[in-house]
Amino acid sequence: MHVPDGFLDASTSLATGAVAVTAVGVALRKARDELDERTAPLAGLTAAFVFAVQMLNFPVGVGTSGHLMGGALAAALVGPWTAVLCVSVVLIVQALLFADGGLTALGTNITLMAVVTVAVGWFFTAAVLAVVARRPASVVPASAVGALLSVPAAALAFVVLFAIGGEANLSIGALTVGMLGWHLLIGFGEAVITALTVSAVVAVRPDLVHAARGLRPALRLKDADGALVDAPAGRETVQPRHGTRNLLVGGGIVALCLAGVVTFFANGNPDGLEYVAGEQGFLVTARDHLFDDQALADYGEVGGIPVGVAGVLGVVLTVGLGWLVFRAVSRRSDRSGAGVQSH
Amino acid sequence: MAVTPSLDVRGLAYAYPDGHQALFGVDLVVERGERVALLGPNGAGKTTLVLHLNGILAGGAGTVRVGGLEVREHDRDTLREIRRRVGIVFQDPDDQLFMPTVRDDVAFGPANLGLRGPELDARVDAALQAVGMAGVADRPPHHLSFGQRRRVAVATVLAMEPDVLVLDEPTSNLDPASRRELAEVLESIDVTLLVVTHDLPYALELCERSIVLSGGTIVADGPTPDVLADAAMLREHRLELPYGFDPRSVPGRQTGYGGGRSTRTAARR
Amino acid sequence: MGSGHSHLLFRHGDSLVHRLPAHAKVLALLGFVMVVVATPRERYWAFAGYAVLLAGVAAVAKIPPGFVARRMVVEIPFVAFAVLMPVVSSGGRVDVLGVSLSEDGLLSGWNLLAKGTLGVIASILLAATTDARALLLGLQRLRLPARLVEIAAFMVRYLDVVAGEMQRMRVARESRAFEARHLGHLRVVAQGAGALFVRTYERGERVHLAMLSRGYAGAMPLESGPGGAAPSGLAVVLPAAALVVAWAAAVWL
Repeated sequence: MHVPDGFLDASTSLATGAVAVTAVGVALRKARDELDERTAPLAGLTAAFVFAVQMLNFPVGVGTSGHLMGGALAAALVGPWTAVLCVSVVLIVQALLFADGGLTALGTNITLMAVVTVAVGWFFTAAVLAVVARRPASVVPASAVGALLSVPAAALAFVVLFAIGGEANLSIGALTVGMLGWHLLIGFGEAVITALTVSAVVAVRPDLVHAARGLRPALRLKDADGALVDAPAGRETVQPRHGTRNLLVGGGIVALCLAGVVTFFANGNPDGLEYVAGEQGFLVTARDHLFDDQALADYGEVGGIPVGVAGVLGVVLTVGLGWLVFRAVSRRSDRSGAGVQSH
Repeated sequence: MAVTPSLDVRGLAYAYPDGHQALFGVDLVVERGERVALLGPNGAGKTTLVLHLNGILAGGAGTVRVGGLEVREHDRDTLREIRRRVGIVFQDPDDQLFMPTVRDDVAFGPANLGLRGPELDARVDAALQAVGMAGVADRPPHHLSFGQRRRVAVATVLAMEPDVLVLDEPTSNLDPASRRELAEVLESIDVTLLVVTHDLPYALELCERSIVLSGGTIVADGPTPDVLADAAMLREHRLELPYGFDPRSVPGRQTGYGGGRSTRTAARR
Repeated sequence: MGSGHSHLLFRHGDSLVHRLPAHAKVLALLGFVMVVVATPRERYWAFAGYAVLLAGVAAVAKIPPGFVARRMVVEIPFVAFAVLMPVVSSGGRVDVLGVSLSEDGLLSGWNLLAKGTLGVIASILLAATTDARALLLGLQRLRLPARLVEIAAFMVRYLDVVAGEMQRMRVARESRAFEARHLGHLRVVAQGAGALFVRTYERGERVHLAMLSRGYAGAMPLESGPGGAAPSGLAVVLPAAALVVAWAAAVWL
């Protein structure tokens, strides 16, 4: 789903750029809690894996190709914030060294494949983990569910962005059906690969699976006489606090996606009308051309500016609001969590 | 003696994430200037113990002190200082040589400590000189022979001017001449030495004190000739002397580098 | 682990473009692509001008056209999309060779094709003249957050290791007469993926432990890398020329 240059109009590209920068900025701050000196190479390896996973391409209807995303897998292995960084790094390197994904579309690609897939994937992984038995093996079905749902969510977000600012006059209905259909299928493939990979890793090195933290039985050590001694409390005690926070943020971002869907429905009507009013479409096109020569000539917008701007504003406002809420929540929980062992 | 010991390990116990417990309570004190051999069968926990000495592994029970400084898991500043003080040369030199040239590799450590420019170059040259590898500074490490890579790996650690040098199986896969050259290098440097090895004659040659680690605890600790002469103990812990080697037939080492004499008698636990 | 110098798109050479510092090239690429994307799709001659500029860069960098063409495979999905656009788009129709196509769709398809292709070619030229390590140093220079550069550095190293391990595992599998023939084999391959992950990690973990033991704390000490010998100011030639082309097309057409 790598979007090339010129696919979306400038205002949408800029808006998604803002979303991407915000998300990566927040992720950098939060990833510090997930990444200690040992897990940085793990993040690099996860990024390499996501890279490899994304090379598996499937042809999709309407002429685009879909591929595995890897966001849910990354989130299960290194945690959601680091996963955002991992996938963003993959996308940056792909855009610069592999010409995959336009450089001006980097914001869009990061929003779709780093933010949406990780957010939706982790949200559902954490949700499933909250209700099933607390064992390391539980991360396997949990991450599979997350993976399954993350792919069509990204496809839906793609359709939303296209509806807001796509440089083409397509039937949004047909696009939605095509994208969602194929990406549900891809979601199954992604779920299978995620489940099998995570299960293999958690069986041998559960310390490498972030989602399995806090699920290991408490460590007991034996001294030389054979007597059992409790190990001193490790970082596991901090886990529950992070769990609720992640759910909050995940929920916030899901809300964002829904807001985008509402925008899409608002957009759908004019397109539907245009489509139905066959001959009159010619007149509408002519007017657009006139419009092109005047106001925002250099950007060649087609989709109708007021709706696009509204959609963009909505996205930015929601993200900003969500971030403010998030910061307020984290500041409060930081204060209340001061008594817990910190590092 | 009121001098702080170089290494002070008390009650160290550790289990790996997959549940396997490797250390079951280790007590060890190494004084400044001592040269100690760490012996034991495969799986005894020797490498696990060694990785605790510079904070790579932590989070189990017990304490580790390096020159009085306690190793704490997430204390970045202390860890940096401890990693300057304790230099570990790992078993596989290819794990340690990851830069394009030998010079870059030797410079990596001191550069991380903040050295730059002529001071850095001087440190690199001195380290390479000490291991006799000054001539290969601008070559890529994978073009060197195994023995040369071993010595360069030692140089990468020496460049940080550690107080304690730990070597994990330094003689494995070395031909006899390289083995001797390495021994000469180690003789000439003024550090506290801890050598993990299966090479019992080497231990006798280099180290005046030997410790046997088996099953996660220390089972013997004393002057090397005495430890090696205890055939029953050696057999119990899967250690064997090479064919025809009699530890009593050679003088062995009596003192550490700085003159610190080992006063311990052979102790069995 | 390898030092991650070359990658799939890199082509060894000693041209002026190769010698430009990476951060300048990235900025030049970005500037050029922004000009291309901002150009209205009707200014056909502007796009021809941009293509000429890119051909010029390729000539200076001594990169043969076949090299670029072969790597444009990544374009195929959205080329297909662009070609289908006139067929599936709504809006006023025109007749082209007896087929009724959407006029707006034709323009959209052209827009996508032109801008996307120019972007891809420009990226290929950057990738062909910049090795991975130089690029990472360039990104570091451009103040990309240290964490991201660190992850990218590890990723580049691990890609080499992963590729090697995958090859070894494939050889081991095939030596025991396994061939991936149907979907059921997905399980074997995917379980192999998990084992690959752990093996690669543990292989890299030892090197990382060695790095930690020598005081590594997250930032690679800035080494003098290859390239960077040409003045970075030269890189501005490309986006500046693109601007000139855009302005010329606007004024004269």
